[in-house]
Amino acid sequence: MAYVAIADRDHEHALHDPQSFIRKYIWSQDHKVIAIQYALVAIAIGLVALTMSVLMRLQLGFPQVFSLIAPEHYYQFITMHGMIMVIYLLTALFLGGFGNLLIPLMCGSRDMVFPYMNMLSFWFYLLAVLILVAGMFVPGGPTGAGWTLYPPQAILPGTPGASWGIICMLASLCVFVVAFTMGGLNYVTTVLQARCRGMTMMRLPLSVWGIFMASVLGLLAFPALFVSAVMMMLDSVLGTSFFMPAIASMGEPSKIHSGGSPLLFQHLFWFFGHPEVYIVALPAFGIVSDLLSTHARRNIFGYRMMVWAILAIGCLSFVVWAHHMYVSGMNPYFGFFFATTTLIIAVPTAIKVYNWVLTIWKGDVHLTVPMLFAIGFIFTFINGGLTGLFLGNVTVDVPLSGTYFVVAHFHMVMGVSPILVVFGAIYHWYPKITGRMLDDLLGKIHFWCTFLGTYAIFLPMHYLGILGVPRRYYAYSNAIDFIPPSVQQANEWISLSALFVAAIQLVFLYNLVWSYFRGKPASPNPWRATTLEWQTPDNPAKHGNWGKDLPVVYRWAYDYNVPGAEQDFIPQNVPPDGHIPAGREHGQHA
Amino acid sequence: MSLTVAYGALITGIVVWLVLVTRLSTKSWLAQPAGAAAIEEPPRPSAARVGLWIFLAVVSSLFGLFISAYYMRMGHGGAMATDWQPFPEPMILWINTALLILGSVAMQWARASVANGNAERTRAALLTGGLLTFAFLVGQFLAWRLLVSTGYFMPRNPAVAFFYVLTAVHALHLLGGLYVWGRTFVRLQRKDLELIDVRQSVELCTVYWHYLLVVWLVLFALLLSHSIDSQMIFERLC
Repeated sequence: MAYVAIADRDHEHALHDPQSFIRKYIWSQDHKVIAIQYALVAIAIGLVALTMSVLMRLQLGFPQVFSLIAPEHYYQFITMHGMIMVIYLLTALFLGGFGNLLIPLMCGSRDMVFPYMNMLSFWFYLLAVLILVAGMFVPGGPTGAGWTLYPPQAILPGTPGASWGIICMLASLCVFVVAFTMGGLNYVTTVLQARCRGMTMMRLPLSVWGIFMASVLGLLAFPALFVSAVMMMLDSVLGTSFFMPAIASMGEPSKIHSGGSPLLFQHLFWFFGHPEVYIVALPAFGIVSDLLSTHARRNIFGYRMMVWAILAIGCLSFVVWAHHMYVSGMNPYFGFFFATTTLIIAVPTAIKVYNWVLTIWKGDVHLTVPMLFAIGFIFTFINGGLTGLFLGNVTVDVPLSGTYFVVAHFHMVMGVSPILVVFGAIYHWYPKITGRMLDDLLGKIHFWCTFLGTYAIFLPMHYLGILGVPRRYYAYSNAIDFIPPSVQQANEWISLSALFVAAIQLVFLYNLVWSYFRGKPASPNPWRATTLEWQTPDNPAKHGNWGKDLPVVYRWAYDYNVPGAEQDFIPQNVPPDGHIPAGREHGQHA
Repeated sequence: MSLTVAYGALITGIVVWLVLVTRLSTKSWLAQPAGAAAIEEPPRPSAARVGLWIFLAVVSSLFGLFISAYYMRMGHGGAMATDWQPFPEPMILWINTALLILGSVAMQWARASVANGNAERTRAALLTGGLLTFAFLVGQFLAWRLLVSTGYFMPRNPAVAFFYVLTAVHALHLLGGLYVWGRTFVRLQRKDLELIDVRQSVELCTVYWHYLLVVWLVLFALLLSHSIDSQMIFERLC
């Protein structure tokens, strides 16, 4: 029977402290352990996707050199790389990883409100990953339909993995949606229900706001992925025609399918797909806000507006999906509507960018590793956001659609940007998780090489896109007249840069492992932060987080450099008169 | 249709936004006066209750998307489309609907009984509700088999495919409900627990049952409105 560990039921918690190794670290209901489990699996599968991107770049940069990369492999790498990075790495890491770690700690709760379901969420996620990996070993290999899995080609012979590969992918996605639903219910309910005394919604750190809103989006948008996956699986296995039109395949008219609507799949997929962008982006927005404020020693600029912007982005993200479908032949009025909403959603997003810049403006900026990654995020997000304005407009999007401009745009805005935040967040909260600091020099080497390296990869891709170089091509033969020789030179440069950036991640991995054993011991609050997670009586926090008494919150999360204050930060649990009641002095000393 | 949905979503978003603006207008950066106690918020409903309502929102999204897909697929191809072939809905669906309504009534009875502290009546009502729901599921399975035996079963016909998908997804949700119902019923039998300990579970089961009844009524109306029977009635009326 699951224990209940919500904020106001201390006595029950003590009765259910896990004792055995398995209950403590494997079959664990502790949100911090589940967070680490999620993070480890996400990073592991992310490394697989990273390896695939390296193989793709080897092919593009040096065609006909690596004969082991056949055309069908190339398409399988594209597909798996995209799907893994978006769903199984970023979504899982931000919500399953950081969501699990931060929500109870930042809300002043002992755990998630449904710990047993939280544990199941991780195991279902692991099952989804295992099914996905199993798809790489079935006859025909994994699907090579592209991460959007568009029918009819996704399940037609000729597409790599059109038999077993696509089934594994769809089954894995369905299991992932179930896992996310269990996790998402926990995240949202915990934020609404299990905040400690004094922690009003408008005192929540923006990290929690971002994760909260992303979870809401996920809960409402992932069903669209589930619906489309189920219906496509039925088309593939049972011969229904939800999405499959009457079609001739391999020179033969299909005797199985007729009348289905591929466009229906696109609508369903992107009804999930665009909110998915913000499911990844909103936690990044929230976390980067806290990193900037803490390391610039300034209160976040326009907190209330930041919260509203998160909510506005969340609502609007459901009415922009068809800007991914401008070239699908849809009604021009549709295009007008979705171009308008796309431009509208840029407004709250721009507000956030202005507020981040104004937060660090004239701040006491400490160029720590987390801060470097946070600033790197602002640069990259502005870059990717501006090219999004191009692609949001129908008339500009049509000629750029299907080119490397699109690849460059989405990698900048929802690949590199959130990954920079992930790194920043790991450097920031690693001391909380392990009790040790990550090595600073290795961190700085990691940042500069990753930051500059990703620009070396993706800036030239804009140029390729403007030239009209199409994406998803295994090789560019001399028969394509409009592609000049400089494209090949650019591809070589991009590939070398990609190899370099991939290799430099080994420094990060080394730092993670080395620091766990040999890193400098961290003080309870090494960044002198105000938020509750740094105020736990133990570092790392023990099971139940708060010892005997739950914290009480008296202020917002951004009291930095308050005039007249003794220190340049005042934690959220310090009362207005500055006197902390006995037994509640959690982590006050820096 | 989709454009209408999109505009509807936009307007809903604006309304939600306006509501939130009024709720989230606190100036949280202002310091509390010295000596002031922590802000006391009004009591919150239980986590399980909130969790259930959030889950119902997820389920609503799921069925809403299935229904959108149903309409879009039906409209695909316009007047030239010939693959969407209406079929007569099995009559047993009417009986099944009645069973589910009665199941929901029984669950409501259980809710009232637990509120009145009557353990015996709660047990009887809960058992009745569960058994009626189980009978509904058996009836749905029979409807599936009937459709096969009448010769209308063709996966290529999207009307038939949607019938199976929608009824299966609804049945799976009911099975999930029956799992929770079973746990609640077992707890109700335990001597070491008092009625108050299972009151919330009974109440939440009732909410879930009512919700799935509404979902079924919507699905049944949807399937019925595009069946051969309804088309014949419509033609006669015209």
